[in-house]
Parts: sequence; structure tokens; C-alpha cells
Amino acid sequence: MMEDFNSETDSDYTSYWRDWFISSRGNEYFCEIDEEYLTDRFNLTGLNTEVAYYQYALDLVTDVFDLDADDDLREQIEKSARHLYGLVHARYIVTTRGLAKMVDKYKKCDFGKCPRVMCEGHPLLPMGQHDIPNVSTVRLYCAKCEDIYNPKSSRHASIDGAYFGASFHSMLFQVYPSLVPAKSLSRYEPRIYGFRVHASAALARWQDQYREDMRVRVLDAGILVKYTEEEEMEAEDDDDDEEQEFETKGERLVGDAASGRMDMGI
Amino acid sequence: MSSSEGAPESWISSFCSLMGHEFFAEVSEDFIEDDFNLTGLQSQVPMYKEALEMILDVEPEDEDEEEEEEEEEEDEDEILGDEKPPGYRRAGDRRHTRVASDLSVIESSAELLYGLIHQRYITSRPGIQQMLEKYEMQHFGVCPRVYCNGCKVLPVGRSDTPGQETVKLFCPSCQDLYTPPNSRFHSVDGAFFGTTFGCLFFMTFPDLDIVSRLDSSLTMSSPRPNNQISPDVPPPFQPGEVNGVRTPNFCPGLGPGKIYESRIYGFRVSERSRTGPRMKWLRMKPTNIEDLDEMALFGPSHKEADNDGDMEMGAPSAGAQNSAIAKRKKAPMRRRRYNPDQMSINGAEAG
Repeated sequence: MMEDFNSETDSDYTSYWRDWFISSRGNEYFCEIDEEYLTDRFNLTGLNTEVAYYQYALDLVTDVFDLDADDDLREQIEKSARHLYGLVHARYIVTTRGLAKMVDKYKKCDFGKCPRVMCEGHPLLPMGQHDIPNVSTVRLYCAKCEDIYNPKSSRHASIDGAYFGASFHSMLFQVYPSLVPAKSLSRYEPRIYGFRVHASAALARWQDQYREDMRVRVLDAGILVKYTEEEEMEAEDDDDDEEQEFETKGERLVGDAASGRMDMGI
Repeated sequence: MSSSEGAPESWISSFCSLMGHEFFAEVSEDFIEDDFNLTGLQSQVPMYKEALEMILDVEPEDEDEEEEEEEEEEDEDEILGDEKPPGYRRAGDRRHTRVASDLSVIESSAELLYGLIHQRYITSRPGIQQMLEKYEMQHFGVCPRVYCNGCKVLPVGRSDTPGQETVKLFCPSCQDLYTPPNSRFHSVDGAFFGTTFGCLFFMTFPDLDIVSRLDSSLTMSSPRPNNQISPDVPPPFQPGEVNGVRTPNFCPGLGPGKIYESRIYGFRVSERSRTGPRMKWLRMKPTNIEDLDEMALFGPSHKEADNDGDMEMGAPSAGAQNSAIAKRKKAPMRRRRYNPDQMSINGAEAG
């Protein structure tokens, strides 16, 4: 990933570095960090040990770089600058302003849609499984199924997960609880010639029991957990639940339902 | 098994090599030529006869081709001489001389017909074998879910009726469905693979190792399992198979340790939070796999309950039997021993 940019950067470094960085291919997940945030040394605490050529890299990111360096050194500094930007990015996106920017990107589906069919194309959020750089690459979190997925494009799959951090998406939903999507009960039921398969069905029954146990546990703490299907059922006052569920599963087109769901959540 | 006996560019092989058709197996001509396999398709496909002829690259001599007769006569005869039975001849470039609109209707009918035949073919013995080869070469891609560790997936449909939904990918590791990452598959009809194929495939090949080799290397490279629930230690003795599925092959991507847990600065988000986890059940699996053996759990209190039928289906690999299960299921075991041949057939074709 890193090497891809070098040819462009050499000729193009006079433009604003951060503009260039977030608009270059493969960096769609990043938002722009405020100048103000970057220049506050407090926000950069500890990063000088993490990033080589720290001062030069910082100068480059804040567009005050004026060292007359040879190509080799330039490349090194360029690499450090990207690393530095990523690490600051992880800190920035859990601040109020950073969260707001990421929410905008989330609503625009900039991070892609959940590949799980039952999530009906719910928008994803980038995250890392670790806060330490060079441990794992970026993953995508789906708030609807609460699971994490690998990005489908290889140019995203090579981004360091630490540039987003392990706390970001949870923080986002803590700050914007209204964005938490309605959770769904629907799951894929493997069938052979129309008959459900016993092994999967047995697991599904066990999982249903597990969910009900959780619900009781949480209800004891005074929180009522509802799933979409139940809410829809109550709204329509429909007692034929078998058919209800079948319809939601079978007939919705992934794209249509996704846009509807998005509007509801926001 | 493959249809390579014909010309190198038969309609079938050119269809399967089209962009976006990488998931399709090449249906053998023997399968298509057996009328039994086409039962009922005539009413589903417009211009059925022409479509079938296009797929097989043949045309009957008798009707509706007077227009093209003249200009094609010579080269037709040469080809006819060496390979086709009377009444049939190579379509060859005949197709191109048809009226354009007519041709495109037949072409789309042929694609529909091929898809519907394909749906049936891949559940047949040679077809499923062909799909196994494609599966093992990872033609269908891998599961996008992180905890499935790149488990190979299979193309399936959510409906057996064409025109309803596009093809999806079934992951045996989490038993869930995913949209293919590449948009060129977003126009492939799911009915061309069918609802049955995914599960039937894994029941036909119960010993297939679905846990990816990526598994071990990945766990080694991540020193700090940050976002995981620490796996409970399962009881030391686990049966070799439960509900007819080998334990190591039963949803290896699910269960404690394979569920993502949200954390903020290292602290788990509580269940009691408004934004707390609500979907863990979806990826959960009992630590003790025997909790899923409903018959065994039901058994002690209901000794008389008869369990014919079901048990026969549940044992595709009679070899992997394990003594605890055997003890519990005396009656079905005896039945199995009496006609082992029938068992293996049931296991292979699974009903």
C-alpha cells in the first residue's frame, strides 16, 4: 500500500498534504484531521517514539516542511508522515469533532455495506482489533449484526487497524445512541429440498434459548430488548407470525431495504 | 464428467467462461440429453426447444429454418458428414444468421434453461463432484467474516424460482449467507444454484476439512487477543459427531472466542448499556457440543419415544461413530448394521 503513492507524492507535495492524503485511492476510510488538533502537542503525546523522523513527518503533515532532502530520505519521511497521520487519526476520531466527521462518512456509506445478507446492506464502520500498530489490519464493524468483517478491496485490507483503533465504533454509538440500528431476529435457515437441516435447526433453537436468557438477564436490570420483527409485529397487530417472518426474509431486496433502514436510524 | 467431448467452444463452455459466470459448473451433455432431468422445465422457459438446441449446439433438420437454408448449405454438409446422428447437425455459425431479436430471446431463454438445469445438475452425483473441485480450488471465494478465518464459501440461492434474488455465498463455518464481494456476481440469479445445494454439499462430503489452513497461522501472528471472549474450556470428552455432523466441522467459526466483543479503552461494553451487545446469540455455540444432541437430552425422560427416520439421515459417515453415541442410540445402530449399503447411499445423496 505504502509504495503505491510514492510516484504521485514526489511531484505533488506542494499541494496540501492532508488533502492529498485523504483523497488518494485507498484512503477513503480516513477523515481529515483539523489543523488545530494536529498542532496541539498534547494530542501527539508519545507518538515521537513511535514514528521515525517524527519532526519532519509532522512538518510534512502540517504543510510546513521545507527540508531539501534527497529522494531516499523524502520517501522515508513520506512513509513516516502517513504513519503519523494514521496514529493521530485514531485519537482524533474519538473526539467530538472527529466523531461527527466519521458519522457523516458513515451515513454516506463510505466504509461500505455489510456483506451479510440478513443485514440488508447496513453501513459499516472501520475499526482495528488492536490499538498497537503493525499487529492487525483494518476490519469493518457492522452495528446490525455486531460482527466484524474483512474489507473486500485489497487496497483497504492493507491499512493498519491501529489507525482507527479498537474503541472508535463503540464510542460512536455511545455518543450517538440514536444511530444504533434495530437488531433483527432473522437468520439464514439452511434447507434441503425445502426441509430444514436438523444440525442447523438444533443450533438455531439453542441460540434462541441463549438470546432469551440474555433478555431475561437484561430485563432484570430494567432494560427491555426488542428486535425489529417483534416491533413490526406489534405495530401491525398481526398474529400470523410465521408468515410475517417469511415475508421479511424472502421478498425484500437488499438495496431497497437498506436505504429505508438507514433513514430510520438517523 | 466434463463436457469436453464436443467442440472446444461449445455453447456451455463459452457460457461458463463469460465474465461473472465463474461460479457455474459445466453441465455434462449426457445430463441435459436425459429428458428425465428436464422434467417440468418446458413450462418455465419460453422458446424451450430452441433454447435447448442452442445449449446443445444442435438443431433439428425439419422445421422453421427455410430462410437460412440456402447460404448455409455447403459448409453444413461437410460438418454433418463426420459427427452427428441423422436429424441433427452442428448449429455452428447458423446462430448468427438468425434475426437479431429472435436470437437474443433464444439466447436469454438458453441462459435461463441452462441455469435451471444447472440447479439440478449440481445436486447430482457428477455435478456435486465437479463443484467440489471448484470449491477446493477456492473458485467461490472466502468468508468475509473475520472469525471465520477465510473459510471457503459456496454459491447458493435463497429461492429456487428464477428472477427473485441473486446468488449468495454460504459459509459453512458460521452458517450464514453473504453477498459476493465482486459486483459482477450481482446479476447472477440465485435460483441457478438453488436452496438445496449449499447444505447438501456439506452433507455429501462430511469429512471435508472446512477449517481453513489460515486458521493456525493467524492465531499465531496475533499476540494479544484483544477483542475476544476468552474461550471456555470444553469438557474433555466431546463426541465425534452430533446431529450427523462431525464436531470439528460443525460451525468452527462460532462459539466463545469467535465472537466479537465491543470494547472502549479495553473495557467491555456492558449488556446493560443501551448500546450493549444484542446479537451475540447469532454467533454463539454451546461449549459442550452435546447440548445440541436434543435426542439424547430428550431421551432419558421419554424412553418410548420412537426415533426412526431421523436417525438414518443423521449419520453420513458411519465410520466416525463414537462409543458414547452408540450406547445411547442402540436401536438405530442395529438398523444401520443390517444394511450398510443403503446407509452409504443415503449418506452420499442425502435424500
